[in-house]
Amino acid sequence: MTKAGFVVANLFRKRTRTILTLLSVVMAFLLFGLLQSVNSIFSSGANFVGATRLFVQARVSFTQALPISMLPKLEAIPGVAAVAHEMWFGGVWQENTPLIMLSLDPRTYHEVYPEWVMPDAQWQAFIQTRTGMIAGKLLADQYGWKIGQKIPISSNIWPQKNGSKAWIFDLVGIFDGKDEDWKRRANIAFIQQDYFDESNQFGIKGRVNFYILKLSDSSKAEGVSKSVDAMFENSPDETKTQTEKDFNMSFVKQIGDIGLIVRWILFAVFFTLLLVVSNTMAQSVRERVPELAVLKTLGFTDRSVLGFVLAEAFALVLFGGLLGLLLASIAGAMVERGTGGQFQLRLDGGVWLLGVVAIVLMSLAVGLLPALRARRLKIVDALAGR
Amino acid sequence: MFGQALAITALSIRSIPERWAPSLVIVVGLTGVVAVFTALLAMATGFESTLKATGRSDTAMILRGGSDAELNSAFDRDSTDLIKQEPGIALGADGKPLASAELMVIAELVRKDDVKNGANITLRGIEPAGFELRPGLKIVAGRKFTPGLRELIVGRGVARQFQGAQIGDALRMRGSEWRVVGTFESGDAHDSEMWTDINVARSTFGRIGSSSVLAALDGADGLARLKSAVAAEPRLSLDVLREQDYFSGQTRQFRRTIGFLAGVVTVIMALGAVFAALNSMYAAVAARGKEIATLRAIGFGGAPVVVSVMIEALLLALVGAVLGALIAYLLFNNLSVSTLGQSFTQVVFNFKVTPQLVARGLVIAVVIGMLGGLLPALRAARLPVTTMLREQ
Amino acid sequence: MSESMVEVRNVTKVYERGTQRVEVLHGLNLDIPKSDFVALMGPSGSGKTTLLNLIGGLDQPTSGEVRVGGSRIDQLGRGELARWRAHNIGFVFQFYNLMPVLSAEANVELPLLLTKLGAAQRRKNVAVALEIVGLADRAKHKPRELSGGQEQRVAIARALVSDPQLLVCDEPTGDLDRKTAEEILGLLQVLNREHGKTIIMVTHDPKAAEFARRILHLEKGQLLEQAA
Repeated sequence: MTKAGFVVANLFRKRTRTILTLLSVVMAFLLFGLLQSVNSIFSSGANFVGATRLFVQARVSFTQALPISMLPKLEAIPGVAAVAHEMWFGGVWQENTPLIMLSLDPRTYHEVYPEWVMPDAQWQAFIQTRTGMIAGKLLADQYGWKIGQKIPISSNIWPQKNGSKAWIFDLVGIFDGKDEDWKRRANIAFIQQDYFDESNQFGIKGRVNFYILKLSDSSKAEGVSKSVDAMFENSPDETKTQTEKDFNMSFVKQIGDIGLIVRWILFAVFFTLLLVVSNTMAQSVRERVPELAVLKTLGFTDRSVLGFVLAEAFALVLFGGLLGLLLASIAGAMVERGTGGQFQLRLDGGVWLLGVVAIVLMSLAVGLLPALRARRLKIVDALAGR
Repeated sequence: MFGQALAITALSIRSIPERWAPSLVIVVGLTGVVAVFTALLAMATGFESTLKATGRSDTAMILRGGSDAELNSAFDRDSTDLIKQEPGIALGADGKPLASAELMVIAELVRKDDVKNGANITLRGIEPAGFELRPGLKIVAGRKFTPGLRELIVGRGVARQFQGAQIGDALRMRGSEWRVVGTFESGDAHDSEMWTDINVARSTFGRIGSSSVLAALDGADGLARLKSAVAAEPRLSLDVLREQDYFSGQTRQFRRTIGFLAGVVTVIMALGAVFAALNSMYAAVAARGKEIATLRAIGFGGAPVVVSVMIEALLLALVGAVLGALIAYLLFNNLSVSTLGQSFTQVVFNFKVTPQLVARGLVIAVVIGMLGGLLPALRAARLPVTTMLREQ
Repeated sequence: MSESMVEVRNVTKVYERGTQRVEVLHGLNLDIPKSDFVALMGPSGSGKTTLLNLIGGLDQPTSGEVRVGGSRIDQLGRGELARWRAHNIGFVFQFYNLMPVLSAEANVELPLLLTKLGAAQRRKNVAVALEIVGLADRAKHKPRELSGGQEQRVAIARALVSDPQLLVCDEPTGDLDRKTAEEILGLLQVLNREHGKTIIMVTHDPKAAEFARRILHLEKGQLLEQAA
């Protein structure tokens, strides 16, 4: 037996009570893990710092298009190294699975987004194949797409010239992200803007939802943003230029304050948990007063008795908390696999760290008072039953 | 049996103050579960009812075929004129078909509590008939916009939540200035929109056709007639739905997401509450062990004991539930928030704590209370009297 | 006889219970030589448990000196007193001796956790102690699986395991039947005669007191030795 063994043995003094308390802790931390992951999905979108690129959109909304004629003007701005452009295609796979699909110029896009990794031969194929399409690895894996296949995509917004809403593309490449962060974003597909321009029914040509500027000097981001917006002020195509990071952040903010909701829920949950576990610890110490007194008679100091009680609280919350976080991890991974990487709910290091901090704080909160009581108790009074 | 159960219950309830700590655990646990459940669903209910309230059953929404949202829908001038002539559309006071071509465009405003991050708001260009088709809409301040001028009226929700939308304010869009001249209230999703004359919108935003056409239906079979006429007409590839059905459909995604979230959170919290309740009730039974044993020794049956324990658990759970519903109501009812709607524009809505929601919360409490009370109750009834008398 | 194990000089103990002031011991003097076996008797409230607590280092006198094994324990702080107890005293109480969550041998091992001994050595010492009290075969049983007498034996084994010189027993047989009590008292005698342990035992039972070498009566705070 060891001191640790003694602590654990005491935990299971009243087995039912310990197990029920443990389960309450597990539930609380399960919720904590899941909700914090949801929260970090939303805020990670905002915190994700790509290389400093600038997003240029129509001032009013990115759903409003800008004309392609702006391209040479943007390229001419000092500080701009390269300009890519994207248009939202809005494709649908099979019956009703919406895809994130953009039409663009492959050459310029490749230059502005070096984070997408794909063999050179496939980039060339994309550039040269009018009807070509490249897809991110997550997307290709989920739907079983292979290079060389013809992929039928329907579009809600753009019918073809022949009136049909079905478009067929040749999958000529599959790309992946250069690191973990980018790999998680490889759930999009790209097609050629030129092909789109010739084939759509409305004769829409040269529509751009976003211009993406690669800067020659990222410290000049603010200056270049201002120049762009100044250039098109008072024209029918007023622009709003911001860094990629700010764009992501503003998007998330539009959804609402998810963080606030999560914090409120977790507050309610942990407040209740605090009560539950405090109650258990207090009861446990209360019924053991004579035993604690005997420990002191054996020569254990007041401080070591305090230590035993604190350790007990810590063991309880630690075990339950880790189990809860683990369950959240598993559940999150299942959700992630089930939605093909759309909902990246698996717990990352940040959430685990936060969880451990929560475990430590909760242990202290529930263990401190009973531990102090245990430290204070006088042998003589306790043994006499006072 | 009933009398016995009541007597024992009265005894046990009177002793609750001695066991205030574990009893408090049940109450607080249930307060938490019910408060969170009620708040989350009040959000869903509010959003859903705002959108559901939008749209009438005697009005048709006509969109381009295959587009599932107004934002994606666009059809040209010819189609717009043509559709108005189709059968099934009621006539207005002037003898002409009562229909309004509408153009949906996105504008950007900054939230009142924010500094730079803009949010997208729907700007809807309408024809004069648009007002007639929505009789529930009232101008509550200022006046209607003048056709031909760059004037706007804004919905109540927009005026409340966003900057620069008060009467007299000027908004810059597409290189030109627009003046806010009035505020309207319609009690539905339109409160999150800004309205103007469709022709001004067309010319400013460089659009020729419309996003949709809203038309009054003629009689009970108006919709059917209109639908078949459109299907038969090769020049028109349009979808015709009841306006109400269109908007209810729009809530699908949000409803699903929030419903799922609320469901998962509530289930997990409820499980935690059940464990906590079990803990407390086992403690209660243990604390009252001698008392229960004495009662049994005297001659009270096992069943009344079970009932009394269950009632105690239920009572504590219900107290917690009522508190939780109250907290949710006081903190959240009518709280105005906005979020991203289907077209990447904001929808302003209020949290709604309805009686049905409160009732559902109470049901949850009853379930948790019963689950938390059952096993301990059975143990109290089954434990040998002598053991219980000795244990103290 | 040999040198002193316990020297109590002019000890007074006063309790303050709220507004009341109770003087339990007044100017008490006592000498207990090594390897003595003393039974301390007296009516309820006479202060015998109080005296025992002072000698065992569980409490401090209000005034006076208490010397055990040569050390002035009345001058030690709480922490020092705890350490002193660990090395010098073994206790046997009437109730609550054992930790219900631990087996017999784990209970006996408890005091050894305060030493620097390794696990193997601890286990050896535990085995020896259990052997002495005759409970080697019950080592793995939990207290609830043992009879009252067996529990007391385990308590005694625990009191012995760090090899203290002084055993302090407060009504060790108070909760046992006659036959079992006599077994326990016989064991104490063996510890005293064959292992040289000094034993102070508080008891209200004259028959139990007869197992000791000397009987002291504590009445109204004064000690009187009973004729043998």
